[in-house]
Amino acid sequence: MSGVRLAWLRWSARRPDARAWGLMLPGTGWLLVFFMIPLLLMLVYSFMPKGMYGGVVAGFTFEHYLRFFDPLYLKILVTTVLYAAACTVLSLLMGYPVAYVISRAGPWKNLLVFLVIVPFWTSFLVRTYAMMFLLADEGLINKVLLALHLIEAPIAMLPSTSAVMAGLVYGFLPFMVLPIYGSLEKLDPSLLEAAEVLGAKPFARFMKIVLPLSMPGVVAGSLLVFIPALGSYLTSDLLGGAKTFMIGNLVQQQFMKANNWPFGSAASFVVMAVVLAAVFGFLRQRDNSEAGGL
Amino acid sequence: MASPVVEFKNVSKTFGGQKAVRNISFHIEKGEFFSILGPSGCGKTTNLRLLAGFETPDEDGGEVRILDRVVNHDRPYERKLAMVFQNYALFPHLTVEKNVAFGLEQRGTPKAEIVSRVKGALEMVRLDPDQFGRRPPAALSGGQRQRVALARALVLEPSILLLDEPLGALDLKLRKEMQLELKSLNRRLGITFVYVTHDQEEALTMSDRIAVMDNARIAQLGSPAQIYEQPRTAFVARFIGESNFCEGVVQQRDGAWMVIQRADGSLVRARGGEDRTAGETVKIAVRPERVELCQPGAAPATHNVLPGSIRQVVYRGEMLHVRVALPGGGDMVAAMRNEGQLRTPVSWQEGAACVAVFHPDDARVLEEEPK
Repeated sequence: MSGVRLAWLRWSARRPDARAWGLMLPGTGWLLVFFMIPLLLMLVYSFMPKGMYGGVVAGFTFEHYLRFFDPLYLKILVTTVLYAAACTVLSLLMGYPVAYVISRAGPWKNLLVFLVIVPFWTSFLVRTYAMMFLLADEGLINKVLLALHLIEAPIAMLPSTSAVMAGLVYGFLPFMVLPIYGSLEKLDPSLLEAAEVLGAKPFARFMKIVLPLSMPGVVAGSLLVFIPALGSYLTSDLLGGAKTFMIGNLVQQQFMKANNWPFGSAASFVVMAVVLAAVFGFLRQRDNSEAGGL
Repeated sequence: MASPVVEFKNVSKTFGGQKAVRNISFHIEKGEFFSILGPSGCGKTTNLRLLAGFETPDEDGGEVRILDRVVNHDRPYERKLAMVFQNYALFPHLTVEKNVAFGLEQRGTPKAEIVSRVKGALEMVRLDPDQFGRRPPAALSGGQRQRVALARALVLEPSILLLDEPLGALDLKLRKEMQLELKSLNRRLGITFVYVTHDQEEALTMSDRIAVMDNARIAQLGSPAQIYEQPRTAFVARFIGESNFCEGVVQQRDGAWMVIQRADGSLVRARGGEDRTAGETVKIAVRPERVELCQPGAAPATHNVLPGSIRQVVYRGEMLHVRVALPGGGDMVAAMRNEGQLRTPVSWQEGAACVAVFHPDDARVLEEEPK
C-alpha cells in the first residue's frame, strides 16, 4: 500500500501537471458524462432527419438549421435575446445600488448577503407559482387594492410580458448582486479618500474609481443573468402563457410536444451560439477597455 | 510673525464613546516639517484625518484652522492640501501618468498644462516619465509606487502635504534614502509637511518639530533635540530612544538641580521638576549613552555616583550595553562604544563591583503622566 503511495508521490512530484490532472479528474469526469456526451448527442441529432414518433432516423441534413431561419423562429430568437438583455439591464440597475450599499454596511454585511441568498432556499418553480398567486386576478395584490378601494375591478396582470419580466428579474437579481458586491467589497476605501483629497466629488469618484474597479463584478453578474435568462422557459410559461414565447419554450415544445427532437436540438445550438457570441463580445470589449486605459 | 499654516484649538474627536483625540492644541508654521509620533492607537492617525477632512471634530470639539480659516466642516478637496497614504492608494486601473494627472483633471486644468506638470512631477521624484509613465502601478516596485504617490500629491502644488506612515512598507535602505529625499523636497519646495509615523528614528531624522502622542493626547511637543534630551514624561523617555529610570524622594533644590534621595539613601541630582515639592516621590530618566562606568573611588565629584555590580554585558557590535545592578533595587544600563574593552575581561565579569556615573544635567525629573 505504502509502496504504491510512495511510487505515486515520486511520480507526481516529478510531474506537477499530473497532480493537477488528478485533482481535476472527478469534476471533469462528471461533466464529461453528464454534459459533454449529451451535448455531442444533441449536436449529432440536430443534423439527422426526424423520426416519425420522436427520436431520429439515419441520415444527414441541414434542414433543421435552415428551418430556424423562418421569420417565425427568428422572431422568437430576437424576442428572447431582447428579454434576456432587458432583464440583464434591469437587474444591473437595481442590483448595483443594492450591492453598493451592502458593501459599505460594515457589521451588517454578512446578514445582508445572507438575505440576498435566502430566496434560494425555495425552489424556483415554487417561487414562480407564488408569483402567479400574487399577480392573479384573484391574487393578493388585486385583493388588497380592491379592499382599499383603490381600484374598481382587478387589474389583469397575468399572463403578460411585464409579469414575465418581473419574474425573470426577480429570479436572477441575486446573481447580479453577489458578484458586484464581491468586487465592491475588495475596493480599498483609501482609494476613495485619495480621490477625494485630489478633488473628486462624489459623482466623479463613482465614475472614475468605483465603477471601473467594479467592472469585473458587473461583467460576471451580467453574464450570470443574461445566460440563464436566455435559456429560461419556466417563467415565460407560467407568467406569460401564450403571450410570451421564448426560445426555451420552443425547445421544450419541440422535445415534449412536437416530437421533433432534431429541430429542438438545432434550436438549442442556436441559443448556445448566441450565448457564446455574447460572452466573447463582452469579454473582448472589457479587455480592450482595460488595455487602452482611460 | 506670520500666522501659522495649521492650527488645532482644543480639538476633540470621539468614536463611539472612545476619545481618539482629547483636547489637543498645536500649530504648524509655514514650510515646517512637523511629525506626529506615537504608538498605534494613540490618536495620531485620527489627528491627521481631522486635518485632511475625513473626520470632523466633535460638537464643541474645538477648531481646526488651515491658513487662518476654520475648516471643521470643509471637504478634503476644499483644504488646499494633498496627502500620501500609508499603502500609497494608487488607482490600480490607471497608468502612472493618469494617476498623477488625476488631481489636475479634477480641477479642470488645461490638457497641455497637465502633460507638462505631470512630467515635471515625475521628474521631481526622480522617475523617468518616458520609462514609467505608461505602466500600471502593479508593474512598479514598492519604492517606485511610493514616488508615484508623492508625485500625485506634489503635482497639485499644495500648501500642505500630509504623509501617513508613507515609508512603512519599504525596506530599511530605501527608507533611509527616502527620508533624506523627503526632507530635501520639504526644504526645496517650501511646502509644509505633516508626517505621521510610529518610527521614532524616522521622526528624529526628518522633523523640525515632533508632537509625541500618547493615549489621545500630545505628551510632548518640541524639536527632536528637546524631545530626546528633555523628555517630559516616562512615556516619552521610553518611546523615543532608551532610558534608565530611577525613583526617589525630593529633598531640596541645588541651583538648577533638584536633589533626590533614593531608597538606599544615595543622593541623585537632576534637571527639571521645578513644580515639585520636598517629600514628593519622583522618577528621573537618564539616557544609557550618558552613563559611564568607573572603578569604585575613581568617580568625578561633579557627577551623580551610583555604586553597584555588573549584572550583564550585552554585545551589540559597535556598542556595548552594560547593565549594572544597584543596591536598593533597579538597574542602570550604560551604553558605550566598543573599543575593545572585552579583550581585558577581568573587570567585566558578572558580579564585578563598579560605579555608574552621570552628570546631573543629563538626568531629567519626569512629570506625572495624565490618566
